[in-house]
Amino acid sequence: MRRTMAKASFHAALNLLFFAVLATLVLASTYYLTRDRIASSVEKEKLKLIAQVVPPHLYDNAIVQDTLQLPPSELLGTNENSIAYLARLKGEPSAVVLQAIAPDGYSGKIALIVAIARNGEISGVRVVSHRETPGLGDYIELPKSPWIKGFDGQSLAKLKKTDWKVKKDGGSFDYMAGATITPRAVVQAVHKAARYFEQHRAVLLAHPADTSVPTVKEKTK
Amino acid sequence: MTLQELKDIFYNGLWKQNAGIVQLLGLCPLLAVSSTVVNGVSLGLATTLVMAISSGAVALIRNYVPNEIRIPVFILIIAVLVTVVQYLMNAYMYPLYIVLGIFIPLIVTNCIVLARIEAFASKNPALQSAIDGMAMGLGLTAVLAVLGGMRELFGHGTLLSGIDLALGESARSLVITVIPDYHGFLFAVLPPGAFIGLGLLIAARNWLTLRAERKTRGPEAQITPITGGCSPASHA
Repeated sequence: MRRTMAKASFHAALNLLFFAVLATLVLASTYYLTRDRIASSVEKEKLKLIAQVVPPHLYDNAIVQDTLQLPPSELLGTNENSIAYLARLKGEPSAVVLQAIAPDGYSGKIALIVAIARNGEISGVRVVSHRETPGLGDYIELPKSPWIKGFDGQSLAKLKKTDWKVKKDGGSFDYMAGATITPRAVVQAVHKAARYFEQHRAVLLAHPADTSVPTVKEKTK
Repeated sequence: MTLQELKDIFYNGLWKQNAGIVQLLGLCPLLAVSSTVVNGVSLGLATTLVMAISSGAVALIRNYVPNEIRIPVFILIIAVLVTVVQYLMNAYMYPLYIVLGIFIPLIVTNCIVLARIEAFASKNPALQSAIDGMAMGLGLTAVLAVLGGMRELFGHGTLLSGIDLALGESARSLVITVIPDYHGFLFAVLPPGAFIGLGLLIAARNWLTLRAERKTRGPEAQITPITGGCSPASHA
């Protein structure tokens, strides 16, 4: 009796093992086959967003590959290393794309990219991901509303500290009635990112050109 | 397989045992992604694909799997297929993947997949099982499409918005704006709208069934109320 039970268990275990190995093989080969394509679509998506925030006349380099590792920072809302993308014109840094997180959205974190030009002017902001209420707080997304373009051209020099608020709080940024928490969080996060840029300007812009990439002597498009 | 068998399978999947409004299985994706037609149909088709392949695969190996480990093996097969679909979508339909991303892994936990495998595929030949999986998936897709249409129409006043995410930029012209300058009705977009919409669909289906019963069996005929749930055993 005991013998047959042991035998049956062994048989079942072998059977399960066989299916596990088979499953692993199928998964591994699919992963292998789609890996490059997935990496390139992620890259393309990021590039699309970056291209929206950095005007094409500001750079001639491959921004997505020109990166800087930034340590966690309170001003960026990051608790892990984050990556900044550098826009260069003939090798000279012309703008930085920072990834910032607004921790206090209506339902959790709002991930942003904030592009800041050399002179401290914000050249564009986009929301990368958020979980705000659809139809209510999601007007921070560009396809839904042009609200996010309100940051274009702003800078710490143009707006004083008390202006970096939504109009309801006495600042200079629009909001929609019924959803103030979301824009409040985004305005805060962009303001902080701008301050981060000011504090670390020297480091961000002094990043030496990657010598492996030859400087492209191309007319701007 | 006879033609009658084929008809029965489709009748079961699309109407009599419809996963969404009769068996009430797979409510998680049903309620979560049915905010627009495109989202609903996309996830429905992904589920259909997984169900057809996994039912067929399980039916093929059903005689080689010892009874006591069949559930882990079935789940393994479903999980692998879902992951494969996820990789493929991520690689070839990236914008749609962004929209449906978090729901695709949920196909694994959608108990309609396991329920049909346990109730049908583990007892029937491969071809019938694959067709059954497909029919069940299509039934679910149809419910997702109708529910998505209702919610999108009331919530945003459009139909087929976001179709460019699935079919590429050139499909953008297919979006139908039914009510121009509509300010939106948030309630329909949020989960409560999904529950109420589903309730209406179930009621409509019951009414149609009752009407058909009364036509054939006289005005006193009754229908058995729906008993749904996530236990495969209750559908065996």
